[in-house]
Amino acid sequence: MTAVSPHIDTGQNVLTVSNLSLEFSNSAGVVRALDDVSFAVRKGEILSLVGESGCGKSVTAMSIMGLLPRHGARIVSGSVRLGEQELLGASERTMRRVRGDRIGMIFQDPMTSLNPVHTIGMQIAEVVRQHRGLSGAAARARALEMLELVRIPDARNRLGAYPHELSGGMRQRVMIAMALACDPELLIADEPTTALDVTVQAQVLDLIADLRQNLGMSVIFITHDLGVVSSTADRMMVMYAGRIVEEAPVEKLFARPSHGYTAGLLQSLPGTQTRHRDVLAEIPGSVPRLDKVVEGCAYAPRCSFATGACLDPLPPPRRIEPEHSARCIHSETVFETIRNTDIVRAWA
Amino acid sequence: MLRYIVGRLLAAVPIFALVGIFIFSLVHLMPGDPAVLLAGDNANPKQVEKIRERLHLDQPVIVQFGIWAGNALQLDLGDSVYSNQPVTKLIAQRIEPTMMLAVVTLVITVLIAVPLGVIAAWRANGLADRLIMAFAVLGFSLPVFVIGYLLVYVFAVRLKWFPVQGYKPLEDGVLATLHSLTLPSVALALVFAALIARVTRASMLEALNENYTRTARAKGLGTFRILVVHALKSAGVPVITVIGIGFATLVGGVVVTESVFNIPGIGRLTVDAITRRDYPVVQGVILFFSALLILINLLVDLSYALFDPRVKG
Repeated sequence: MTAVSPHIDTGQNVLTVSNLSLEFSNSAGVVRALDDVSFAVRKGEILSLVGESGCGKSVTAMSIMGLLPRHGARIVSGSVRLGEQELLGASERTMRRVRGDRIGMIFQDPMTSLNPVHTIGMQIAEVVRQHRGLSGAAARARALEMLELVRIPDARNRLGAYPHELSGGMRQRVMIAMALACDPELLIADEPTTALDVTVQAQVLDLIADLRQNLGMSVIFITHDLGVVSSTADRMMVMYAGRIVEEAPVEKLFARPSHGYTAGLLQSLPGTQTRHRDVLAEIPGSVPRLDKVVEGCAYAPRCSFATGACLDPLPPPRRIEPEHSARCIHSETVFETIRNTDIVRAWA
Repeated sequence: MLRYIVGRLLAAVPIFALVGIFIFSLVHLMPGDPAVLLAGDNANPKQVEKIRERLHLDQPVIVQFGIWAGNALQLDLGDSVYSNQPVTKLIAQRIEPTMMLAVVTLVITVLIAVPLGVIAAWRANGLADRLIMAFAVLGFSLPVFVIGYLLVYVFAVRLKWFPVQGYKPLEDGVLATLHSLTLPSVALALVFAALIARVTRASMLEALNENYTRTARAKGLGTFRILVVHALKSAGVPVITVIGIGFATLVGGVVVTESVFNIPGIGRLTVDAITRRDYPVVQGVILFFSALLILINLLVDLSYALFDPRVKG
């Protein structure tokens, strides 16, 4: 296992998110959805965002795209830079030129993410017409090229097909073709395989990994599935309750989990139990409500390593080893406890 | 596609047969002897007997229906009791004003209602939305004849921009026709537009909340393209359905509007025939309206396939 995949350029950040905090407000009150989120995506890497539903993964993606709901969402602070360009607070006009052109995005549910009343050829072609000003015939040619790139069989005849005539896996390929039609620097994939069958999942993952290699783009891969991360991503970030709790290259994170939440996630993977081999371990409790600002560690109430000190204001991320940091005051204890489990030994 | 069209056409046949039976029964279900009824108040027994023979009323009902249906299929709906003219001819003479009124109203309605509904959905809960929906409630609550007389008072009596009433046939020139139809069409369109704007808004709201709209935004498309090319086309089926249903109501509303604006259309013919107890004409007019409604429904069904590729077969 190499520390850094060969296609990554560590010296160049495609996207830099700094100190991003975001609130949602409605009649019930204010919710802190993102709390001081900072990370960078390097050129050519697949960065995975992992966490339970509601931890802020998708909100992070939507704030990068500038697609948060018009009402209710408020950026408290922070910055999102694409290369040198600041995206937070940019005009709708500017964001429209970024979306679909410099950042492509695919979503969880390919069954409903394509417009049912237009052909897939039209839906791919309209992206390049919008951003590249291509004529009808040239845009159609590009659409065909993209369908072939995402390995859709008999692509020429599929241009005129409607989404309902394709399977789920094929539709997700069409989504990928659409997102990549303008050669974006960054692809944001929000749970792209969650709604697909396991075999189709693997094909789509392979496709994304191959395209990353061939096109040299970066990918933010959002998922709740650690199994998917381990086979696809270069680096991963674990999010909990709107915060990044641990960040490391995938193999380092699996080999030396240093946050109570990461440890909990790893232990709930099938086939990782040390004692009760027939029972899947689970993390007790559920994701906390975010309407109260938590000063200390938000995971503490569910964490088996928690002590009274965990409720004190959270210290800055701890450096575990180069490229690996965790926001946990008990990171050594966590690792010492979990180091003899199968999954950690397999990666160590 | 062809199978879909043929299927829809075949489905219309039994509906049409049922309507035929109903209209035929109308005369026979009425209390009293149809012959006496048709002959009028001052007829002597001989005249009644004559009518009975002429109308085959001495035959069994089923034979009578066969004769009536056979004639109806050949567009022979009998003669008016009042003017002795063939009913088909009477209707034909009155089709132009009614159809022109309906079509002009439909065009005005769609031009007003669909853009308003789209804007209301786009700016949902904003000022524009509230204003448009307030207008819709107003249009919906006012009866056609109130709006009609109001328009006549302001634009015909006061401003003298349009004639108070009457209809200029197409042979006088299209512009003259349109000029004479402006007030009645607008009166009808306001009510109709209120309904369609509401449905367009609801249908658009649904489409704008769909995942594919999020995809369209993530592609960097402009607002107009997202609203019209992506959302409106998907929202089209409910809208076109209500336009169809609304058109049926509209044809009914034509009766009132034609009376208010004194337009010699089928609506007036209906009112006149009923007051004169001219049953063959009443039968003919009902048959005509039924055929029209079946045709509109058919067109609506066929248009689904235009909006939604999943409708086929």
